[in-house]
Amino acid sequence: MSALLAAAGSLEPAARSYLSPTGQEIVFLLVGALVLGAAVVSVTTRRLVHAALWLVVALGGLAVEFLLLTAEFVAWVQVLVYLGSVVVLVLFGLMLTRAPIGSSPDADSGNRPAALAVGVASAATLVTLVVDAFRSSWIDLSGPVGTTRLTGEFLFSHWVLPFEALSVLLLAALVGAIVLSRTKGDRTKPRPGNLRTALTKTKER
Amino acid sequence: MHLAYPAVLAVLLFSVGVYGVLARRNVVLVLMSVELMLNAVNLNLVAFDVWLRDTLHAGQALTLFTITVAAAEIGLGLAIVLLVYRTRRTAAVDLVTALGDRHEADVPADAAEEKEQAAA
Repeated sequence: MSALLAAAGSLEPAARSYLSPTGQEIVFLLVGALVLGAAVVSVTTRRLVHAALWLVVALGGLAVEFLLLTAEFVAWVQVLVYLGSVVVLVLFGLMLTRAPIGSSPDADSGNRPAALAVGVASAATLVTLVVDAFRSSWIDLSGPVGTTRLTGEFLFSHWVLPFEALSVLLLAALVGAIVLSRTKGDRTKPRPGNLRTALTKTKER
Repeated sequence: MHLAYPAVLAVLLFSVGVYGVLARRNVVLVLMSVELMLNAVNLNLVAFDVWLRDTLHAGQALTLFTITVAAAEIGLGLAIVLLVYRTRRTAAVDLVTALGDRHEADVPADAAEEKEQAAA
C-alpha cells in the first residue's frame, strides 16, 4: 500500500505548485488582471462610449486567454464576432439612442448599492466554491489540443445538426431584427426634419 | 496550468456582469454587461474542455454556439432598444414601465376613495 502511495505520489510532478508558476500561468494572470480591470471600468464608467471601448479591451484580452488555453479557432472567432461586430453594434446602438459623448451623471440607476452587494456576494460565494473544488486540478496543455484542423473535424463530424440548427436561428434573428426595425408601411413620406423645413422656408422666401 | 485560474477569472467576470446588469440605467450598457456574463461562461467552457480532454470537444463546440447565439441576441436586442427609443424617446430601463405594477405611492388617492364609496 505504501509503495502504491509512493508511486502515486511520484506521478505528481514537483513543478506543480502555486509557488512556482509556469510562464503560461504568469501570462494568463497578467492578461486576466487586464481583462478584469477593463471589465470593471466598463461597468462603472460614466462615459457611455468609453464603456464600449473598454469592453473591446476586455473581450480582446479574453481572446488571448482562449489562445493560452489552446483554443485557437475560438480565439479568432471571438476577435471576429465580438470585436468585429458586437462592439460595433453596441456603438451604433449608443449613437442611435443619442447617448451623450461626455460624462453622463445618470448612467447608474438608484439601486447601485444593492447591485454592488449582489455582485460582491455572488463573487465571494462562487470564488470560495470554485477554489475549494478545483484546488488540486491541473490542465495539461501539451500536445495538439485545439488546433483549427481539429476544431473543423469535430465540428463537422459530431456537431453538424446543432450547427445547421444555429444557422436557422441566425436566419430567424435576422428576419426578426428586420421586422422589428422596419417602420410602418403607410407612412412612406419622411417627416420633414430641420434641414427640410429650413430649405422649404428659404424657397418660399 | 492550474484550473483554478481560469475558473476564478470567469467567476469574477460573471460577477462584474451581474453588477453591471443591475446597476446600469442605459439599456445598451445593460446589454454590454450581458455580453460580459456570456464571455465568462465561454471562458469556463474552454477551460473545462481542455481540462477534460473531451474527444467530442463539447466545450469548444458549445463556445462557438454561444458566440453565435450572443451575436443573434445583441442584434435582436438592439432592434428592440431602437424600437423602444423611437416610441418612448428614452433608453433608460427604469423609465420603461408600461408593463410593470404601479407603485403604491403612484396610485391616485381619488381612486381609493371612489372604491371605498362604491363599497359603502
